[in-house]
Amino acid sequence: MNKNFSFKLHFPILVFGIAAPFLFPGLQLQIATLWVMVLFALTWDIMGGQMGYNSLGNIMFFGIGMYTSVLFQVGQFAEIGAYTAAHGGDDFTFTNAQYYQGLVIGIIMSGVVAAIAAAALGWTVFGLRGPYFAIGTLGMAIAAGELMGTWEWVGAGSGISVPVFPGSAEARSLLFYFLCFGAAVLTFVVLQWVYKTRFGLAVNAIRDDEEKAEAMGIHTVRYKTVAWAISAFFVGISGALFGNITGIIEPLEVAFPTVTFGIFMVAMTLLGGKGTLWGPVLGAVLFHTLKEVTWTYFLGWQWVALGVLIIINVVFFQQGIMGWLMEKFPEKFGIVVENKEATR
Amino acid sequence: MVLVAAPVFNVQLLLDGLFIGATFALAAYGLALVWGVMNVKNLAQGDFVIMGGYIAWWLGTQGIHPLWGLPIAIVVMFAFGWGIYVTIIRRVIDKDLFTSLLATFGLAIVIAQLLNLMFGPEVQTAESDFAIRQILGVVTVAEIKVLAFVLCGILALAVVIFMKKSRMGQAIRATAQDPRAARVMGIDTDKVYAFTFSLNAAICGAAGALISMIWVIQPFYGISYSIRSFVIVTAAGFGNLPGVIMAGLGLGVMENYSGFVLGAEFQQATVVGLLLLVLIWRQVQQRKLRQVVS
Amino acid sequence: MTNYVIEVEGVSKSFGGVVANKGISMKVPDGKITGLIGPNGSGKTTLFNSIVGYHPIDEGSIKFKGEEISKYRVPQIARLGLLRTFQQTRIYSNMNCIENMLISIPHRKMKFVDMFGEREAKETMEEVDRLLDFVGLYEKRKLRSGDLSFGQQKLLEFAMALMNKPEVLLLDEPTAGINPTLINGLIDRLRRANEEFGITLFVIEHNMRVIMNMAENIYCLAHGEMLAHGNPEEIQNDQSVIDAYLGAH
Ligand SMILES: Nc1ncnc2c1ncn2[C@@H]1O[C@H](COP(=O)(O)OP(=O)(O)OP(=O)(O)O)[C@@H](O)[C@H]1O
Ligand SMILES: [Mg+2]
Repeated sequence: MNKNFSFKLHFPILVFGIAAPFLFPGLQLQIATLWVMVLFALTWDIMGGQMGYNSLGNIMFFGIGMYTSVLFQVGQFAEIGAYTAAHGGDDFTFTNAQYYQGLVIGIIMSGVVAAIAAAALGWTVFGLRGPYFAIGTLGMAIAAGELMGTWEWVGAGSGISVPVFPGSAEARSLLFYFLCFGAAVLTFVVLQWVYKTRFGLAVNAIRDDEEKAEAMGIHTVRYKTVAWAISAFFVGISGALFGNITGIIEPLEVAFPTVTFGIFMVAMTLLGGKGTLWGPVLGAVLFHTLKEVTWTYFLGWQWVALGVLIIINVVFFQQGIMGWLMEKFPEKFGIVVENKEATR
Repeated sequence: MVLVAAPVFNVQLLLDGLFIGATFALAAYGLALVWGVMNVKNLAQGDFVIMGGYIAWWLGTQGIHPLWGLPIAIVVMFAFGWGIYVTIIRRVIDKDLFTSLLATFGLAIVIAQLLNLMFGPEVQTAESDFAIRQILGVVTVAEIKVLAFVLCGILALAVVIFMKKSRMGQAIRATAQDPRAARVMGIDTDKVYAFTFSLNAAICGAAGALISMIWVIQPFYGISYSIRSFVIVTAAGFGNLPGVIMAGLGLGVMENYSGFVLGAEFQQATVVGLLLLVLIWRQVQQRKLRQVVS
Repeated sequence: MTNYVIEVEGVSKSFGGVVANKGISMKVPDGKITGLIGPNGSGKTTLFNSIVGYHPIDEGSIKFKGEEISKYRVPQIARLGLLRTFQQTRIYSNMNCIENMLISIPHRKMKFVDMFGEREAKETMEEVDRLLDFVGLYEKRKLRSGDLSFGQQKLLEFAMALMNKPEVLLLDEPTAGINPTLINGLIDRLRRANEEFGITLFVIEHNMRVIMNMAENIYCLAHGEMLAHGNPEEIQNDQSVIDAYLGAH
C-alpha cells in the first residue's frame, strides 16, 4: 500500500487512541475492547490471510495467556491450590509492589507461554491442510476449554479470580485501557515490520503454493511455526489483559470463547479484507462499532444477526473491503505495467 | 474398579454405547455423502441433527407421539436443506473449502441461537412412553433404544438402496465420480447437489428425532454432533459405509466408557480428543507417503 | 574424466500396480545439458520426482555430488542446490513477479534470523531486474503473476529457478505451451544459463528439435525402463527409440 496513506492514518489513530478515554470516559471499556478486537483480527490474519492457514482455534492462546498471567500474578506470592480453593478470598491480598511485579511478569509470560504452546502444537497440526487445519485447531480450542474446566488446581469450572487492583476503579480502567491500546499498537507495528521483511514474502509464498515453496528450498516448517508463535504471542498478551479487566477467569465463556471472540477474529478479518495490513484493522473497527451500536436493538436476536452477518460476509463479500478496493483501483496499489525506459 | 468387579456393567455400557453410536453413524453417513459428492464440509451438521430432535420433541409436547416426529423431521429437514442449498451452499460450492466451512459455521450459530430463542436453553427429552426392561439382572434396556437402533439400520439401508437403484441415486454417484463428465452426460449437477444436501439434512433430521427420544437435546449440543461426524468420517473415509458404521458404533461405545470411567464432564473432551487423534493419525499416514527426515 | 553430479542406480518406483520406473540407472555429467525423452507415461516425471525427494523410492540409490539423497525430503534437496521446475507450471500466483523472484533467492545458508532479513537489498533487486529482463518480463514485473499468460508464467518459473542459483536444474518440459517463435529464444536462454551461469541442466522434452539441438547427452525411457542412451545422433538413429515412439499408444 501507498506509504503516505499509511502515515496519514497512523497519526490520527494514535491521537484518537490516547485521547479517547478522556473524551469518552463512559466508553472506556468498549474502546479498550475495540483495541483487543483490532489485535485479534491482525493476529488472525498472519495465519489466515497472509499464510493461508485458516485457524478456527486461535482463541486458545487467549485462554492460555489469561491463565498463564493469573498463575504468574498469584503464583509468585501464594500457593495456587490454596488460592483457588479460597476463591481468591480475603486471605490473599497483595501489596502494591507485588501486584505490579505480578502484572508485568504475568503479561510478559502470557505472551511467551502462548508462543511456546503455538510452536509445540504446530508440530501436530501443520501437516493438516485446508479444512482439516481449521477443524483441528477448532478442536484444540474446544479441548483446551474443556480440560481447563476439569482442572481443580486452577479452579476448574468455577474459575479463578485475578488479584485485585490496588487503586481506584478509574485508575484501573485507565491503566488497562492503555495496556490494551499499547498491545494493539505494538502488534500493528511488529506486523508492519515483519511483513516488510523476507518473512512476509515467505508466508505469502506458502499461502499461494506450499509445495512449490518447499521445492524452492524455503524452510516452510520454520516459517509456519514462527508465524503461529507471533500470532499466539500477541493473542496471549491480550488474554492476560482481558483476564485482568474481567476480574474472574472462567474457562468456557471468558477464557476460551470459541464461538464468540474465536469466530469474531475470522469475521472481522474477512470483513476488512484478509491478507492485507489495514484490512483487519478496518474490519475490527467496523465490526465492533456496528456490534456495540446495534447490539441492544436486536432484543435477544443479536447472535442470530451475527451468524447471518458471517454467512453474508463469506458468501457475498469474500474479498472484504480492502480486497474490493484492490479490484476496483488496482493502480492505487501499484499493480501497473511499467516499461523499461520510463523507470530506468 | 466397578467394571472389573461387576462385569455386567460392561454389558450396560456397551449396549448404551451401541444404541447411541448408531445415531452417530447415521449423521456421519450424511456428512460423508455431502463431503464425498459435493466436497462441502458441513459444520452445521450437528445443528441439523439437533433441529430434527427439536421437531420430534416439539410434536411430543403438542400431544403427538414423537415417533411420528421421525417422518415429519425427515420431510421438514429435507425441505430446510433444499432452502439452505439454494440460498447459501450453491454460492460457496465452487469457492475454496474454508469458505464453505465458515459459511456453514455461521449457519450453525444461527440455528443454535434460533433454537435457543424458540425453546430455551433447557435440556430436553422427547417422552416416548416405552417400557424399560431388565436383562441379566441389573442391565436395563429401554425398548425405545432398541427400536431406534433398528430404525437407524432400516434408514441406512433405505439410503443405500436408494443410492444403488434410483435414477437420482445413480446421478449422485456419477456426479461424485466426475462432475464434468456427469454434466456432459446430461445430468443436472446443480439439482444433484441440491438433492444430496437435502438428503443429508433429512438424514440428520432422522438421527436427531431418534436422539431426542433416546437421549437428550439442547440448542447448543450441535457442535458436538458436528465434531462426532467429522471424527467418524475422517477415521473411516467417505466412500466407506461399513467403516462409517463401525466408527460410529465404536465412538458411541468409547464415549460411554470414558463418560463412566473419567466422569461425565470429560465426554466433550473425549470427542474432541478423538478428533485430534484421528487428525494426527491422518498426518502420520500422509507422512509415510513422503520421505522421512533422516 | 567427467564428473557426475547426479548418479541414479537401479531406482524403481511403482504406484499401486503401475510400475512407473523399473531399475533405472543413469548419470548427469557436471556442467552439461542432459536430455530425457520418452513417450507419454513412460515415467520421466516420476524419475524427476524421485530425484528431488517428492516421494520415497522403492529401491535403488540416488546420489547428488556423491551424497546419498534418496532419503532426504524436498526442501533439503532443494537447499543442496538441486532444483526442479514443474510440468504444470507453479508460481506464487497472488504475488507479483518481483515478489516471486525475491522469495526465490537461495535458502541454503539461511539462518534463523535471516527470516526477518532485508528482502529488497540492492544486489538482490538488481539480480531480479536482470533476470526478469533476461526472460522478457521486466515490464510486467508489478503485475499479479497469476494474471500472466501461461507461457509467461513458464518463463517466470524459469527465472525464479535461476534466481535460486542452483547447481543443477531439472526442467520438466520447458517448451511445452510456448509458441514456436519464443521457443528459439528459450533454447538460447537455457544455453546461456548453462554456459554463463554454469548451471547443469537436466531436461525432459517432447520437442525433438529442441532437445537434439541442446543436449549433448540423451536418455530415453519407455514403459518405465531405460531404453537407450547416447548423443543426439545415436539416439536419432536408434531403432528401439524409433519403435518406442511409433509403437507408443
Ligand atoms: N502419483 C501417482 N499416482 C499413481 N500413478 C502415478 C502417479 N504419478 C505417476 N503415475 C503413473 O506413472 C506412470 C508414469 O507417469 P509419469 O508422469 O512419470 O510419465 P511422463 O513420462 O512424465 O509422461 P508425460 O510425458 O505425459 O509427462 C503413468 O502411468 C502414471 O499414470
Ligand atoms: Mg511428465
